Amino acid sequence: MTIWIAVAVTALGCYAVKLLGLSVPAGLLDRPLVRRIAALVPVAMLAALTAIQTFGSGQALVVDARAAGLAAAAAALLLRAPFLVVVAVAVAVTAAVRALTG
Amino acid sequence: MTTEPLQTPIDRAQGRSRAAVVRDALGVGVAVGLSGFAFGVTSAGAGLSLAQTCALSLLVFTGASQFALVGALGVGGSPAAAVAGALFLGVRNAFYGLRLAQLMRLPRAMRPLAAQWVIDETSAVAMAQPDRSSARLGFAVTGASLYLLWNLTTFLGALGAEALGDPSAWGLDAAGPAVFLALLASMLRGRQETLVAVLAVALALVCLPLLPAGVPVLVSALAAPIVLMLHRRREASP
Repeated sequence: MTIWIAVAVTALGCYAVKLLGLSVPAGLLDRPLVRRIAALVPVAMLAALTAIQTFGSGQALVVDARAAGLAAAAAALLLRAPFLVVVAVAVAVTAAVRALTG
Repeated sequence: MTTEPLQTPIDRAQGRSRAAVVRDALGVGVAVGLSGFAFGVTSAGAGLSLAQTCALSLLVFTGASQFALVGALGVGGSPAAAVAGALFLGVRNAFYGLRLAQLMRLPRAMRPLAAQWVIDETSAVAMAQPDRSSARLGFAVTGASLYLLWNLTTFLGALGAEALGDPSAWGLDAAGPAVFLALLASMLRGRQETLVAVLAVALALVCLPLLPAGVPVLVSALAAPIVLMLHRRREASP
């Protein structure tokens, strides 16, 4: 039951936050500084999420097969590979390195 | 690919660019949509039921928050802390919404419908477009394809979890960060963006061992105002 409550609260909260962003009056955004921050915050969060999901293991920092997978993904991005290829390369290299290193 | 002879060059250019928008959007929607499989497997492995796992993808529909929630519940964290972490992560969608509202100028009645699709991927595709109609098209195509596939693959992943065993043996734990990296790459347009990204990574890695799950990402968001402030100060000095 508590899991269902957690699911429901997360769903309502996440939806409310999404709607809030879309519904803030446009006048608030006419300031260049606000516009610049709104453009740069997603850059910061995506960079942080990439790092955390690559090097995080619980609360510890580790360098494991995921780092190799992400390095391969970065190389694929530099070669202008399509999105699906970038993700597939990351998954395949991670699985391969993990299989080889046991 | 055939082109119709009666089209003017401008028509063709516009047609091509709309086709290019749809192609980009489907590329993102399909790639990320398929990674719902990784979520389904992870969620089932964390002990959530099939119905709970599917409800998360249908109703929460923001991957990082979903992964954070089931990850915390799976290791026996308190549900309140798990929900807080998921909501913290979801806050960034409000910032995407701010940008998207300005970019797409959606009619008021459309906003409650569009809101559920305001996530990393739809925002990245929409923001990468040169004009309003391409942004709207990119958002809609990415949102629809991603929503359908994400939910379908969540269901299949949760069903197939037992047969598959450990998702990390298949490298599926690298799908999430690879998606984020690809989205990020499309946004790194100038020196300021790169500086923000570098500072955010540094903040995230320093905070990760020190702060509860979900909080380091929020701290990293401070990289944006910090870089802007430093930039202004340097401009102001003689």
